[in-house]
Amino acid sequence: MRDVLMALWIPLEPSPLLWLGATLLAYVLGQAAQRACGGSPFANPVLIAILLMVALLKVTGTPYQTYFAGARFIHFLLGPATVALAVPLARNLSHMRRSLRGLGLALLAGSLTSALSGIGAVWLLGGSRAVALSMAPKAVTTPIAMAVAQEAGGLPALTAALAIAGGIIAAVIGETVLRHLRIDDWRAHGLAAGVAGSGVAAAQVAPRDSLAAAFAAVGIGLNGLLTAIIVAAIAVLWPIG
Amino acid sequence: MPASFVILVGCQLIGEALRQTLHLPLPGAVIGMFLLALALVGGGGDRTAGVADQSSQLSRTANALIANMGLLFVPAGVGVIAELGVLRQNWLPILVGLLVSTVLGLVVTGFVMDRVCRAEEGSRRTASLLSTLQDSRG
Repeated sequence: MRDVLMALWIPLEPSPLLWLGATLLAYVLGQAAQRACGGSPFANPVLIAILLMVALLKVTGTPYQTYFAGARFIHFLLGPATVALAVPLARNLSHMRRSLRGLGLALLAGSLTSALSGIGAVWLLGGSRAVALSMAPKAVTTPIAMAVAQEAGGLPALTAALAIAGGIIAAVIGETVLRHLRIDDWRAHGLAAGVAGSGVAAAQVAPRDSLAAAFAAVGIGLNGLLTAIIVAAIAVLWPIG
Repeated sequence: MPASFVILVGCQLIGEALRQTLHLPLPGAVIGMFLLALALVGGGGDRTAGVADQSSQLSRTANALIANMGLLFVPAGVGVIAELGVLRQNWLPILVGLLVSTVLGLVVTGFVMDRVCRAEEGSRRTASLLSTLQDSRG
């Protein structure tokens, strides 16, 4: 059995197609798992796919560079996908106009709180600069968060993992916590989900209310822009050392 | 599809070029997103229709990319395999930072948005009440 597996494995291993295909398959399996769990935010397909691939690389002893030689074809699409966020942003402009003051204030307060409390907590508990700067942009949608972390001297892969984990937390507790504080406005629910939990949390509130979906989209886009500026400023003010 | 990719990759490329020449600390794709949003908003006469009609092909490509964005994070996320040491060494600050900043960010954003919207609606209601009072008097 093992010989047969090895005979199949050896010619496949150097091909970038192997890891491209494995990544696609792992994500499809993750999506199937989420459907099987009734769409639960705990069964996040991205998280499942990452865990599956990490396990597979560990078991086969494959270095990350070999894996990435195949997976980079998927990775490349992150840039265009980030630019594509401009489309829902522009589409929801009419919603933004109507509550411009609340939107501006809430975004500024939320972005600053999220970035600074993340950095502060890591720093107070003795984490390194790289970890703190990886934490700061984690509330932003993952592609932006990773690019920002890279630019600021954080660890993009760690930021990606944190962004997904933070999104799951926001998706799971978001509505309960906000209702507990007597916050009932759907615009506030949507915006908070977009700002604190990006795409993962937005996907959780979007089906509940269309206004919440619009504000979540706005929150993701504008928070990305604002946090990029905030984190860049912090990185400049916090010298390496 | 190809035309919309030209727009998306083109915006990213312009963003990247701007970042390099102006030494901006923002990622090229974020600058590209901002440029495209400006172009979409400024381009159409009627704004919402402008985005929907003029660039429906772009809309479709954008929606497809955004809907499957999760898949695009996986290759980079697997890179955490190289950071497992960092994760083990810093597990407490990472865990606490993650929880604290997510909950605080959620609550502060929701709270401010809710209160400002409520205050604005309150003042709008007062204004309309005043105008009806004046109408009834006059």
